Amino acid sequence: MSAFRRHLTSRVMTALVVVLSFTAVLALLLILGNLIAKGASSVDWAFFTQSPVPAGQSGGGVANAIVGTAVIVGLAALIGVPIGVGAGMYLAEYGGGRLGFLVRFIADVLNGTPSIVVGIVGWTFIVKPTRHFSALAGSVALAILMIPMLARTTEEMVRLVPNSLREAALALGYARWRTSLKIVARTAMGGIVTGCLVGIARIAGETAPLLFTALGNLNFTLNVNQPMQTLSLQIYVYATGPFDEWHRLAWASALVLMGLVLIISLAARWVTRQRYGSIR
Amino acid sequence: MTSLLGRDRSDRVYRRVLTGFALILPSLILIILGVLFFNALPALERFGPSFLWTSTWDPVAEVYGAAPMIFGTLASSMLALLIAVPLALSVAIFLTEFSPRWLRQPVAFLVELLAAIPSVVYGMWGIFVLIPFLRSYVVPPLKALFGWTPFLQGVFYGNSLLAGGVILAIMVVPYIAAVSREVLLAVPASQREAALAMGATRWEAVRSAVLPYGRAGLIGAVILGLGRALGETMAVTMVIGNRHDISLSLLQPAYTMAAAIANEFSEATTATYQSALMEVGLLLFVLTVTVNAIARILIWRVARGAAVGSKAL
Repeated sequence: MSAFRRHLTSRVMTALVVVLSFTAVLALLLILGNLIAKGASSVDWAFFTQSPVPAGQSGGGVANAIVGTAVIVGLAALIGVPIGVGAGMYLAEYGGGRLGFLVRFIADVLNGTPSIVVGIVGWTFIVKPTRHFSALAGSVALAILMIPMLARTTEEMVRLVPNSLREAALALGYARWRTSLKIVARTAMGGIVTGCLVGIARIAGETAPLLFTALGNLNFTLNVNQPMQTLSLQIYVYATGPFDEWHRLAWASALVLMGLVLIISLAARWVTRQRYGSIR
Repeated sequence: MTSLLGRDRSDRVYRRVLTGFALILPSLILIILGVLFFNALPALERFGPSFLWTSTWDPVAEVYGAAPMIFGTLASSMLALLIAVPLALSVAIFLTEFSPRWLRQPVAFLVELLAAIPSVVYGMWGIFVLIPFLRSYVVPPLKALFGWTPFLQGVFYGNSLLAGGVILAIMVVPYIAAVSREVLLAVPASQREAALAMGATRWEAVRSAVLPYGRAGLIGAVILGLGRALGETMAVTMVIGNRHDISLSLLQPAYTMAAAIANEFSEATTATYQSALMEVGLLLFVLTVTVNAIARILIWRVARGAAVGSKAL
C-alpha cells in the first residue's frame, strides 16, 4: 500500500472516531437540552411546595415526591453505607486471600444485577409478610443496590493510601485496628465520601426496585411503613399517563431529579479535590 | 496502656467485624437466588422447561411461557450493542489515543454524565422525543431502502423493538466507553511506541498494536454492556410496547423480561401468575450474573483485580 493511502486511511479513521465520539456526547447534550427546554418553565415555587392535585386539574407540585425521595434514599444510605464501606475496608486491609478474591468478584457481578430483581427481594421480605407496601421495603432494595458499589470504591480509595503511613503508625506502636481506622480510613476519607455520594446519586434515580415496594403515594407522608412517592416513580406515572398537564409535570420532575443527581455527583468530585483518594 | 495481649484481641475483633461485613456480599447473591428460586418453584414445577419456548401468556387460562420476553430481551440488547459498540469504542479510542490533552477531561466527564441520567428519564425522553424523531426522520428512509426485509415489516406506531434498542444503546454507551478506556489505558505505552517507531501511522498503531493487546478487556467491556442492557428495566418498559409477541420486525412492539416484571407484578393476582413472573426474574438474574461473570473474567485478564467500571461516573 502506498504511503499516501496509508496516511489517508489514518486520517479517515481518526475523523470517523472523532465524529462517532461527538455523536455520543451529542446525545447527552440533546437530552439535557430537552429537559431544560420542556421542564424549566414549570419549575416554580408551587412545584416544590404543593402536593399533586387530582388528575385532570392543572397546578399542583411534587413536594411529596421530593421529600419521599430524600427519606427513602436517606434510609437506604443509612443501611447500605456502613455495610458497603465495611466490606470495602475488609477488601483493602485483609482482602489478599481467597475470600477477598471471591468477595471482590461477587461485588463486581452484583454491580450489574438488574435492579428490578432486587426489588423482588425487598417485596418478599417486607411487603409480603406485612401485607402492605412500604417505603422501608424500597429503602432495603436500594441499600442492596448500593452495597457492592460502595465496597469496590471504598477498596480502591483505601488502597491509594501510601503504605508508609500505615507502617509509620504501626512502628509507633499503634494497634492494627487503630491504624486502620484512625490513619488509613481517615486519610482516605475524602475518597470514601465521594464513593458514597456517587452511590447515593445512582440510587436516587432508581425506579424499578420501588415499583412494588414503595409503590408511590399521591399524598404527603413521612411514615416509612406506608407507601411513599419518589420523583422517579412520579415521572414514570406522569410520563406514561394520558394528560398533557401530567406530561408537563413529568418534564419538570425529571429536570429536578436530574439536577439533584448532578449536584450530588459534582459534590462528589469536589470532595476528592484533596491529596489522597482522588478518583483518577 | 493496653497490654499486647489485649491489643491482639482487639485486632482480632476488628478483623472479624470487617469480615462479617464482607461476608454479606456472598450472602446477598445467595439470598437473591434463594428468594427467586423459592418464589418461582410453583411455576417451575408446573411448566417445567417448556416455559422457555412456550409463547402463550394467558393469565385467564393460567398458561405461561416466556419465549417472547426472552426473544425481546435478547433482540433489543443485540440491537443496542450493534449501535452502541462503535460509538463507545470510538469514545475510548478518542480519549486515550487521539484527543488533545485539554479535551480529555471534559469529554470523559460528559460521557460519564450519560451514565448518571436516571433510567426513567431516558424512558420519558424516549416517549416524547426519540419516538417522534424515529417516526418522522428514521423509519421512512429505512423503509424506503430496506422495506422488503423481514426486519421492517408492518406499520410503525412508536412503541417498538427499534425504540427500545435505540434507547438501550444510548444508555450502555457510557459503561462500555468507561471500561474500554480503562482497558486501553492499561495497554503499555511501549506497544504504541514500538508500532510508531516502525513507521506505522497513528491509526495503524491503534489497530495493530493497541487494540489487539486489549482485545480480551474490550470484549469484556462489550459483554458488560450487554449485561446492563439485558437487565435494564424502566426505559425499555416505557418505549418497547410491552406485547407478548415474537416478531422479527423492528417496528413492532415487543417485550423484555425486566419489563414484564415491572409491568405485571403488581397486577399478578393469582399465585401461579406471580410465580411465573418470579421464574422470569430467576431467568433474568441467572442470565445477567453469567454474562457479568464472563465479562469480569475477561476484563481482569487485562487489568487484574481492578474495579474497572464500578465508578462509571
